Amino acid sequence: MTRRPAPSAVAPPLQARGVSYSVGATAILRDVDLRVGPGELIALAGPNGAGKSTLLGVLAGDLRPCAGTVTLGGTAVHGIGVRELARLRAVLLQENRVSFPFTVADVVRMGRAALEEDPAADDAAVAAALAATDTLHLAGRRFPSLSGGEKARVSFARTLAQDAAILLLDEPTAALDIRHQELVMGLARRCADRGKSVVAVLHDLSLAAAWADRLALLGDGRLVAAGPVAEVATADALSELYEHPVAVVPDPVTGLPVIMPRRGALTCVR
Amino acid sequence: MTAADLASADLRAAVDALPPARPARATAALTGLGVALVAVAVVSAGVGQMNLSPAEVWHVLAAQLGFDWGTPSAHPNAEAVLLSVRFPRVALAALAGAGLGTAGALMQGVFGNPLAEPGVIGVSAGAAAAACGYIALGSQGAGPWGAALFAFAGGLGTTFLVYALSRSGGRTEVVTLVLTGIAVNAVAGAAIALFTFLADTAAREEIIFWQLGSLNGTRWAYVAIAAPIVTVAVALASTLARKLDLLSLGERSARHLGVDVERLRVVVIVLVAAMTAAAVAFCGIIAFVGLVVPHLVRLALGPGHRVLLPASALGGAVLLMTADVVARTAVDYADLPIGMLTSLVGGPFFFYLLRRSRRQAGGWA
Repeated sequence: MTRRPAPSAVAPPLQARGVSYSVGATAILRDVDLRVGPGELIALAGPNGAGKSTLLGVLAGDLRPCAGTVTLGGTAVHGIGVRELARLRAVLLQENRVSFPFTVADVVRMGRAALEEDPAADDAAVAAALAATDTLHLAGRRFPSLSGGEKARVSFARTLAQDAAILLLDEPTAALDIRHQELVMGLARRCADRGKSVVAVLHDLSLAAAWADRLALLGDGRLVAAGPVAEVATADALSELYEHPVAVVPDPVTGLPVIMPRRGALTCVR
Repeated sequence: MTAADLASADLRAAVDALPPARPARATAALTGLGVALVAVAVVSAGVGQMNLSPAEVWHVLAAQLGFDWGTPSAHPNAEAVLLSVRFPRVALAALAGAGLGTAGALMQGVFGNPLAEPGVIGVSAGAAAAACGYIALGSQGAGPWGAALFAFAGGLGTTFLVYALSRSGGRTEVVTLVLTGIAVNAVAGAAIALFTFLADTAAREEIIFWQLGSLNGTRWAYVAIAAPIVTVAVALASTLARKLDLLSLGERSARHLGVDVERLRVVVIVLVAAMTAAAVAFCGIIAFVGLVVPHLVRLALGPGHRVLLPASALGGAVLLMTADVVARTAVDYADLPIGMLTSLVGGPFFFYLLRRSRRQAGGWA
């Protein structure tokens, strides 16, 4: 069995400078600056409609910003060809549908499309990605027959199989149970520890606090705060951002911040 | 996560647990379809008012290549009938079937919808309308090439139009697709009616023969035009297989995996228009071949386009040649329109697929 060497490629820095994006007259992103370096896992959070997915789309090169630039290793993302881009960054979207009944193994194998074809290496990468995401037992199942959480994990396995240095993940944990949330974030963490860059949109701020190096908070298209989770995720800042009282308490075991809504408090802090 | 994270024994076990990338029966099925293609062609060439056995057909066929195989026919005109009437007809049936089968598979891939098909969506009607215009109003100077060119232009325009109208968010919902098909077919039908009205008696007769869809009166000249178009288009289509697989993840994800989606779309639309036009220009509107064949192939061999595209080409050819045999033999001394036959079988099949997709999607969307 040929073993692929551990990916040694260190992620080129991905940087957004002064990015604005609007659809018609509606501004969705306003003057956002964000830099993702190798070895970093950045969590992107904020209320619904704050522009998180749009920012991810801009970083991925799907959307061209109306103002500002997005560069990858110093080159404008739009100047990089689709195939080359596919070798540099993998993207997991929120919704993952497959039009025809491909098997789970087929879908994960599609992650290898931009790489030079090498059946042994492809098989190894696909098998490893399936095993890591706890979906190996589903390998022969038809993708459309899976549950939502299974689809999400298989799609995540597809992005892992792509072997890209940058991972852009839109709500990778939204459909997952507790065990698989931890599994997926643990995998994202390990990718970052190896020199990859990871940007993950997360709604669960405790998950962000546990796994991310930095937290970037978006509100109404602006980057409200970005920095280490303990500094950014304060009760006051979050309560104001989400327009709902939020409590930040230390985890009794690890001491990491646990972030939750305060219930019973019907009045909005405003 | 990466192969390096698993111990080699675990990785080997995991690799062994993967289903094969290409179903084992794919090669067998493609070979079987190839054999069926030749067998049906030989039988089909023998069937008709002058009945010839496969051995007699084989003899004439081999004689063309300089071999002495099979049994010489007792009929004095056997060779002439086969060479000038039957063979071109069988060849055109195979070419049109292969083109329509492949066009259906391509269209379903690019629309991300298993109900897309040149006939259903109105591409065939659009191609037919343009060719009718040529027959009714144009000078006949360009001969069969003129009809083919007009059919191609009409098919191309209609495909782009339907594509632009029926998609949202990178996908086409069933209800949008069907409604777009109704609208496009209605407009194309009106155009055909107008051209029928404007045409003189001879042209009118030709147009009517067309709308029915028929292989009657096929000449080698038609085959000479259809053959290069269909062969090249089928060959080009098979180079797109992997990209079409990726497209089933949706346009955005396909782009994330390195597919130039805009270019792929344009190439597919041109190929679909070319193959549909090649069929329509000489056989009229033959609907549902592109729907039934890829669907059956997917059921048997899975959705991967590397198998689906060649199998749809072969399957389409076999289906249309078989339909042509039925068209010639079902009623004595009558050559039924083949387009009528495929619609008779394909229409209910389409309805069945519609029912099924409604059940699966939980509604018409």
